[in-house]
Formats: sequence, C-alpha cells, structure tokens
Amino acid sequence: MANDRRGDAGGEGSGLPDRELLSASDVTRTIARIAHQIIEKTADAEHVVLIGIPTRGTVLARRLAAAVAEFGGRAPAVGTVDPTLYRDDLRRRPARALEDTQVPEGGVDDALVVLVDDVLMSGRTVRAALDAVSEHGRPRAVQLAVLVDRGHRELPIRADYVGKNVPTSRSELILVSLTEIDGEDRVAIRRGAGE
Amino acid sequence: MKHLLTVTDLDAATATALLDTSDRLRQALLGREVRKLPTLRGRTVITMFYEDSTRTRVSFEIAGKWMSADTVNVSAKGSSVSKGESLRDTSLTLSAMGADCVIVRHPASGAAHRLAAWADKDRESTGTHTSIVNAGDGTHEHPTQALLDAATLRDRLGSVAGRRIGIVGDVLHSRVARSNVFLLATLGAEVVLIAPPTLLPVGVAEWPCRVSHEIDAELPGLDAVMMLRVQAERMTGGFFPSSREYAVAYGLSDARAAMLPEHGVVLHPGPMVRGMEIAPSVADSARAAILAQVRNGVHVRMAVLYHLLAGAPE
Repeated sequence: MANDRRGDAGGEGSGLPDRELLSASDVTRTIARIAHQIIEKTADAEHVVLIGIPTRGTVLARRLAAAVAEFGGRAPAVGTVDPTLYRDDLRRRPARALEDTQVPEGGVDDALVVLVDDVLMSGRTVRAALDAVSEHGRPRAVQLAVLVDRGHRELPIRADYVGKNVPTSRSELILVSLTEIDGEDRVAIRRGAGE
Repeated sequence: MKHLLTVTDLDAATATALLDTSDRLRQALLGREVRKLPTLRGRTVITMFYEDSTRTRVSFEIAGKWMSADTVNVSAKGSSVSKGESLRDTSLTLSAMGADCVIVRHPASGAAHRLAAWADKDRESTGTHTSIVNAGDGTHEHPTQALLDAATLRDRLGSVAGRRIGIVGDVLHSRVARSNVFLLATLGAEVVLIAPPTLLPVGVAEWPCRVSHEIDAELPGLDAVMMLRVQAERMTGGFFPSSREYAVAYGLSDARAAMLPEHGVVLHPGPMVRGMEIAPSVADSARAAILAQVRNGVHVRMAVLYHLLAGAPE
C-alpha cells in the first residue's frame, strides 16, 4: 500500500498536527537527487523506461524523466501501469476503481524499467506492478524508485532509489502531496490515524 | 453492486464508473500478445441462455475468460431444461455447484429478477453468494447492451450528456430500446423514440424520452441514431402492412443517412437485417459504429464482472 492519502481525503485524524517530513524545496531536491542516481545507474542502458504507479507515482515518473533530461541524461520514455487488476487483496474490500495504464511506444521489451511510486510499505503494490509490467513484455531489468520508504515490508522487495527513509509505526500515515494533484509539494506524517 | 438486473438500478455515478472501468480494461489489454488478466481467477461464471444469442453469450464468455474466470455455458436446448426442469431447480443446481455469477437470458420478462430474489434467499440459508446478470429478459431489459451502446457513444461523440440520440423501429418488442432510453437519460442524453404507433409500447409516455413518428424530420437534429431490428419472431399481429413498406417508411437508407449531421453516428444492436431497417451501404459506412459496439461489448461485460465479482462480497 503506497501513499496513505489514497482513501483518505486528508481529513482530521487524531487531532495532533501533521508533522512535515519534506518541504516543497526538499521534494524538488530529492527528485533531482534520484534523477542523478538514475543517470549514474543506467548510463550503460540503451533503452530506459520510467513506469509510474498511479496516481502520484505517475506524476513522479514524469518529473523524474524531465529531471534526467535536464541533467544531461537521455530522456527516458515514461508510462504508467495500474497494478489493481493484479493485487492479492482485491477480495478484501469493495471493488476498486481502475487507473490509467499507458505503456510508452516501443514497449518494455529489453528495456531497463524503473518503477516509480510515492511510498513503499508492504511491497504488495510493487509486486502487483511487477506482474502487470511483465504482461506487457520482458524488460532486461526492473528497478524501483520511491519518494518515501516507510518500512513494514511483507515481501522480499527493496527500492534501488529512495528519497527518504522514514521509520514509522503501523498506526501512522504518510501523506504525500504533489502540485499536479494536490496543489503543493509536501510530505507529512500523521500520528495514530492509521490501522 | 450485487446483481445487474435493470439499468434503472444504476445512478449516473455508478454507470459512469462502469464505463470508466471498461475504458481502463481496454487500455490494460491494448497491444498485448496475451490478453489475460488474473483478476477473477478461481471464480465461476455460468451463462444460462434460454434464447438464441451469438454476440451476448460469446462476449460474456470472452469477458470472463480474459479475466481468468472459469466460464461454463448452459443453453436450454441440450440441458435438463428440455427435460422439463423448472427455472428454480436449474438455478438451485447451478448455485449448489458454486457459481459465483449466473448470466441469464430468458424469454420471460422478469426472469432475472426472480433468479436474483432466489439467490438472495439461498444466501441466507446456504451462505453462497451468487450474482445474477440480466442478459435480456423478454421485452423488458438488456442492461449490458445499453452500457456498451453508451460506451460506444462516449468514444465516438466524446460524451453522452447533452447529446440527442434517436432510437428507431420496433420499440414495442425491444428490451434494447427500453434499457437504452433509461440509461442514456440517466447519463444526461436527450432520447427520441421514432416508430410507427403500432410499434410503441403502452406507457411510453412515462419514459424519459420524446416520441416521434417522422424519421425524416428528426434525423438532422440527431447526434446518433440507433436502428432496431424488426423482431419478426415476437410479432404475432399485423404491426405494419409489409416489410417493404416498413423499409421505405423507417429504414435507414443512404439518402436518410445523409440527413444526419457530419458527426452523426449510426448504431445497431445486431443482428442486422440488411435491406430492412438498415441499407447495407449504411451498415458498412464510416458512420456506422456497429463493430465498435461489439468490441466494446467485451470490455463493458468485463467491467460488469469486475464490479460484481472482484471485490469483497457486499
């Protein structure tokens, strides 16, 4: 489960104020840093594709691609893949709405795919996204970039690029806001409002 | 959503969610070699058809298969129904075998409702969850046809709301017409029924639509026109003098198709009787979205199965 904002419109939680983890300029700097790391780690790859996991992962993928191009790397192709149809917890809650799936022209065959999401927690979303991507072709390799890694993994999955590691308890929520969707860039933590 | 029996159970938000899911499923399968999603693995979908059908039954079966459900087809011919088994006993048998979803077509209006009421009752006693989908009941409703028509109109016209849609022909015997009138009205379209007075059902004045008998006067103002098949198999009286006369008065000829605005779309739920309600050249023209309707049928039915079966039982 990625960003806890999904299914939570940002209403009042426990009454305690949200604590800011990343300000707007922190978010910009973090994305720039990950973009530099992607350039470094994919320098020998012919064909790099950034695939965002909706909805905020898709926005991050677009920003990362623009930053990679700006810092002198070859502009990677950008796509988005909705993992919902591949989730292992569909039967645990009412049917979810599906999100966009757009594989860039040229596909993912033999590409170096970088999956992009906002928050990494259990790893189940990433597992589903790996399945979804593999249905569209056979990438040479798949890497993972996340803005926040909050721990609590339930599957053997780790990120290759991490914006910020945040030790959390399960009862906390990570709230990622991005300008394109939420009107501002910000990452915050809310205490005691989760499970 | 537990069952899909009638479009009048769908509000605009639910109908739009189904159409959005349909679009997303089409997107998810676009350009793929293997058109298979794991979403409904382990679920059993049974189609139970007491009337002939090609596209509806096949597209439900494909929809189920593309989502990895196990699909089984039962037709009245060749099943115990021909030995005299009642609808109630057939439905009990199918749910005892663990059907998660029964898709039913039946010549009696209201058959799907009966099945759904029984399924809900059995659920209390046996704990089984069987969803019922109405794939056409008599002259009552055919909800997935209306949904796929709405999906096709949305593709071609960009939106359904605010558009004027004409439905021409045998409205009296048409469950497609009824479902479309109510669904398109829910989605904000203006619907015009165009038919001879003998082919309009009693009570049409209460439907959310306008009625006209003059096709030539209506065509220039329509964004889309849906031609209905003249259902000879349901006609027991003299509804019009001859098929030739019907074709002249209400058939969509080349000359009539030319009266539609530039963007005007031609729909037909199929099966077509070429030369009767629609001229062959119109059916094959660029205006016609008839094959697009069939393609959308699979995705819309996948969306229905997804909404009924993928989530936790309600």
